[in-house]
Amino acid sequence: MPVIANGDGAKVWMRRTTAADLTAWFGWLAGVALTVLCFQFISDQTIWAFVWDAPRQAADLLDRAFPPRWSYANQLWRAMWDTINIATLGTVLAIAIGVPVAFLAAHNTTPSVVLARPVALFIIVASRSVNSLIWALILVIIFGPGMLAGILAIGLRSIGFIGKLLYEAIEEIDASQVEAVTATGAGRAQVLAWGIVPQVMPAFAGISVFRWDINIREATVLGLVGAGGIGMQLQASINTLAWPQVTMILILILGTVIVSEWLSARVRHAII
Amino acid sequence: MDAAAAARAWRPPPLIEAAWLRWAVYGGALLYAVLALGTLEVNWTRAAEGLERGGRFLGAFFPPDFVTHWLEIEEGLLESLTMTVTSTVFGVILSVPVALGASRNLAPMPIYLFCRGLIAVSRTFQEIIIAILFVAMFGFGPLAGMLTLAFSTIGFMGKLLAEDIEDIEKSQAEAVRATGASWFQLLAWGIQPQVLPRFIGLSAYRFDINFRESAVLGLVGAGGIGDTLNSSLDRYEFGTSAAILLIIIAIVMVCEYTSGFIRRAVQ
Repeated sequence: MPVIANGDGAKVWMRRTTAADLTAWFGWLAGVALTVLCFQFISDQTIWAFVWDAPRQAADLLDRAFPPRWSYANQLWRAMWDTINIATLGTVLAIAIGVPVAFLAAHNTTPSVVLARPVALFIIVASRSVNSLIWALILVIIFGPGMLAGILAIGLRSIGFIGKLLYEAIEEIDASQVEAVTATGAGRAQVLAWGIVPQVMPAFAGISVFRWDINIREATVLGLVGAGGIGMQLQASINTLAWPQVTMILILILGTVIVSEWLSARVRHAII
Repeated sequence: MDAAAAARAWRPPPLIEAAWLRWAVYGGALLYAVLALGTLEVNWTRAAEGLERGGRFLGAFFPPDFVTHWLEIEEGLLESLTMTVTSTVFGVILSVPVALGASRNLAPMPIYLFCRGLIAVSRTFQEIIIAILFVAMFGFGPLAGMLTLAFSTIGFMGKLLAEDIEDIEKSQAEAVRATGASWFQLLAWGIQPQVLPRFIGLSAYRFDINFRESAVLGLVGAGGIGDTLNSSLDRYEFGTSAAILLIIIAIVMVCEYTSGFIRRAVQ
């Protein structure tokens, strides 16, 4: 406990030493200075007249957006179905690739620490670093606009997510069970099937459902870059300034996301 | 092994115990797979062409070209980074009152419902959708991006922090309250010390997320490196695109490593 003696010899308790106090103070100063500097940069790029206009613009937007065009919903069911398919099939694709990658990446199951593990870790990092919209942007150029690009974009982005969480789960398993199965004379594949897989199964199911829930949200916007789903209608409605349609789409997205979140929470609750 | 012994052989218990539910799930999954694949609209000839195009496309990515459009890349990066810093700071500061309001053990019912509603709206919509609306309101540029990220940060931090506040050790808060502390003193001495490590960890994590998101907001005109990436793809300057992607991956990795380090240090 740092203590300071003041003039008349009495000792006063302090929370920090003087040096620690100064360090903390300079830390805060640097943080505030950085924020101000960054904000100044943004401010220089901003046309403030548009910003002061924002309340009027917002009111105008709301005015044009309500009431939602309810009849437009009939044209949206198909797009919503596509969106859900993009999310689901993308998740299935990611599971198919992500699970082997996770087993290659986990310390206790990888066939080779020198060769296979770094490759698997690189796949995981590369997949996670790139946002699914950027994946979609690239895939649309390659495969043309449509659902295929969307499914692949969701799949590519999810491989890293599933791979990372699953390989961490594999590394945390109880080694004694694996040892018990090995002690019965089981081969590598048998150890995997009876010693490891049953232990990570609940984690795997939870991770997959969780990612599916995230993918539903992401699939709703992939259409903005042409990768299929309800985002295409959203983009078209925004481009034609059909704000009542935009409201309708947003309401539908809200409903779907709430349902998928509820479903995923229920499933995860049942498993874990 | 004879048939009777085979029937008595041990089998691992299935993941879903109730037989009817298990078969319903399997049947449902099969039905869904048939329906989904049946309605999948894919132009396979176009996709087959795509594979060949993809080869050429990837070829055009190499070598990455950092030089030709460096000024644009630099500006996009600066926008993304400044957006990340300011939105994290503002979002985190604003998320504190929202989190307090969304904690059932601190806030009265009307405030609780209001704050939970705010969090729900902020979490439901993707950043990019919010960015579209903010661009329409505030005009093009990084300010719209900053506000978008700050808004999402409020939802994210608000929810997780509120859950943490609801889970605190009650006896400590009670002890502080028993000394006659006011509501603010209760916050400062009973609750803040318990949630601070997680608060710092979450802020670091959110910084990381905000950078990733700032890389795509440019697609709808909200500034940042995504704008530069999009225009380089539009102009078929794939070398520049490759350079931008590499820079994004590098920064994301640095952010992730740093935020992981901070989280381990405080928790």
